[in-house]
Amino acid sequence: MKRRHFLGLMGAAGVSLTTAVTAKASSSADVAGMPNVGGVLFDASRCIGCRKCEAACNQVNDLPKPAKPFDDLTVLDATRRTDAKSYTVVNKYVPKPGENPVFRKIQCNHCMEPACASACFVKAFKKTETGAVVYDPSVCVGCRYCMVACPFNIPAYEYDKALSPRVMKCTLCYPRLLEGKLPGCVEACPKEALQFGKRRELLNIAWDRVTANPDKYVQHVYGEHEMGGTSWLSIAPKPSFAALGMDEGLGTTSAPELTSGALAAVPAVAGIWPVLLTGIYAISKRKDKIAEEEKKAAVEAAIAKASADAEAKLAEELTKAEVANKRRIEVEVKKALEAAAKDSEGGEDA
Amino acid sequence: MFNTLQDLMLHNKSLTYVLMAVVLICFIGFWRFLTGREERNRRY
Amino acid sequence: MSTENTKNGSLFTPFNIVAGIILAAGIVVTIMRFTMGLGAVTNLSDNNPWGIWIGFDLLCGVALAAGGYTTSAACYIFGFKRFHAAVRPAILTAFLGYALVVFALNYDVGRPWRLPYPIFYQQGTTSILFEVGLCVFIYLTVLFLEYLPAALEWKGGLDKYRGILVKLTMGLTILGVILSTLHQSSLGALYLIVPSKLHPLWYTPYLPVMFFMSSMFAGLSMVVFEGTLSHKYFHHKMDEDYNANYLDLQFAFAKGAAWIMAGYLAMKLLGLSMDNRWHYLFTGYGAWWLFEVVGFVMLPCYCYAVGYRDRNIGLVRLAAPWTVVGIMLNRFDVSLIAFNWQLSSAERYFPSLGEIIISLFVVTVGVLVFRWIVTRMPIFYAHPAYKDSSH
Repeated sequence: MKRRHFLGLMGAAGVSLTTAVTAKASSSADVAGMPNVGGVLFDASRCIGCRKCEAACNQVNDLPKPAKPFDDLTVLDATRRTDAKSYTVVNKYVPKPGENPVFRKIQCNHCMEPACASACFVKAFKKTETGAVVYDPSVCVGCRYCMVACPFNIPAYEYDKALSPRVMKCTLCYPRLLEGKLPGCVEACPKEALQFGKRRELLNIAWDRVTANPDKYVQHVYGEHEMGGTSWLSIAPKPSFAALGMDEGLGTTSAPELTSGALAAVPAVAGIWPVLLTGIYAISKRKDKIAEEEKKAAVEAAIAKASADAEAKLAEELTKAEVANKRRIEVEVKKALEAAAKDSEGGEDA
Repeated sequence: MFNTLQDLMLHNKSLTYVLMAVVLICFIGFWRFLTGREERNRRY
Repeated sequence: MSTENTKNGSLFTPFNIVAGIILAAGIVVTIMRFTMGLGAVTNLSDNNPWGIWIGFDLLCGVALAAGGYTTSAACYIFGFKRFHAAVRPAILTAFLGYALVVFALNYDVGRPWRLPYPIFYQQGTTSILFEVGLCVFIYLTVLFLEYLPAALEWKGGLDKYRGILVKLTMGLTILGVILSTLHQSSLGALYLIVPSKLHPLWYTPYLPVMFFMSSMFAGLSMVVFEGTLSHKYFHHKMDEDYNANYLDLQFAFAKGAAWIMAGYLAMKLLGLSMDNRWHYLFTGYGAWWLFEVVGFVMLPCYCYAVGYRDRNIGLVRLAAPWTVVGIMLNRFDVSLIAFNWQLSSAERYFPSLGEIIISLFVVTVGVLVFRWIVTRMPIFYAHPAYKDSSH
């Protein structure tokens, strides 16, 4: 698949086009990061597809029992995703026909800058120091923008509940972490394909393992930089992560950065638009006023001229005319005045 | 200091939204101040 | 609801029968939705959390209600005072449009009684959706206040309040334009967070700008289109002032729409170039993109332009619904057709019958309320008692 690396860069630019605001919402100098954040390292080359992690997850999270039991491995024949009844699923992939299958565990990747948290308009999601991205159903409106926003397609929804549907996703066993226990899946894994620890240390372990076996592993730690980095890290055997259904084109731009440009345009509009619009209004009003005044002045001038002409004519006539004609002349003058006024009005638009 | 860019932006944007409302109200007040005498002159 | 049937006095006109059937079906689906959940009536899934209740009811509804801010801005800010008579119908259409958007949202969100939460309880200010929600909420209030004088004139005896509202016209208009700019563009910005899910031909950093620009010509086109329809069905309600400026307005809006569409086309082209998306044009999605951009923006734009140049009102009235369909196509493309484009066809979304019924239900409610109001209140004509008022 083609890398759409430029997307991330472009997203940050946002709508700065019309507003000339700076693209980045804020400098990262204000962000301390989470140096001791927890995480999990998943090694796909060690996973044997036993589904023990799925079973453990189901049990510790009190999720409903599935139709087929967890030791039924035929489930692996179909590609699945997380849903409202399973926070984690294991899928089977056959990168090269005829060779051994490779398994991948899917669950929330617990982003360092979660798209769900950035997208949520009631702050229902939060990244914690343990590494877990946790969800608070007590404020959730159920708009499902988090599900739209998640680049990994992880959050699921209880579509069958009429009154109290929740977004459902892996919590990294946050309640267990607080008790000092391991996440259910990590504890259950018989092959040490899953390892819990500080993300910083896990990254070192991952890179050591990958570089020590360059023929075996893809030389990349998935989640180190994807979407700004994730607490859940994955390494995979060759040929690629894409062979395990993982999107290699996500880019490194985090979700908050993707929308920061558009968010920065909001106050700019509130600051500039009133000035601009009131200005346009004032200009159009002023133009009306000037047009009005000009019209008035033109009419007055025309009437003045017409009266002067008529008076001159009257004087001339009077010298010749007899008194008996006076009434007739006055009528004529009146007519001339009216005609002149009409002319000047009619000629205004020209 | 904030742990994540998300937290920082939450803080910044929340304050900015409040200030946006204040700014809009101030615009109205200042426009009235700016044009307050126009009407009066016209009436004289 | 009986006095509207001006033609033969019977309730059982074809229109009323169809509307009645849709309302009945809508009520059935409504009961199902709130007793059995979203899953029972929609085809929404974990991969496709947003269907036509967002793609049509929200995105198209808001875009097509843009006539309110475009018309009132043209009249009160840009000085097109002779279009004064068109402001009230446009404001009413916009107010009903937004009210229905909010009404439809109650079906889509999981716990609708919490819809005030993001504004009054816990603000997620980093979300583009927060911005949309806040602006739509305030703008709905603004539109209500702008519409209110008509209702007060109809009721009578409340001149004091009407006077206050009329004085606020300028401020409300400017606030309306600010809020519209913000949420129209933000509806596009909603999709900035999903570069991996939206097809590259539609995903561009210009999404907010494009949504805003297209809302402007969507609004102008809706005013022309709705004016044509209203003229046909509510002609007896219109006064001289409305009728005298009616053709002028349609031509002026055709000119404006054509010009803004030219800018929109330019942005579409420049967006391709900025992100080097040319090669996608030669794929299936590319053909669809060209279908949308050439067939439903470029051609109606040309149609508007020729109609305006030749003073051919027929072409203008053809271009208006054509543009409206184009806007709907664009919103569907962004929210549904080009969204999740990398998923297999089995994982893609297609609306269920229940979703379609509710969308029709919402539109029908809108048309009926519109009819109810314009046959009673001074919308298409100035109230005799307030004829010389500036509002």
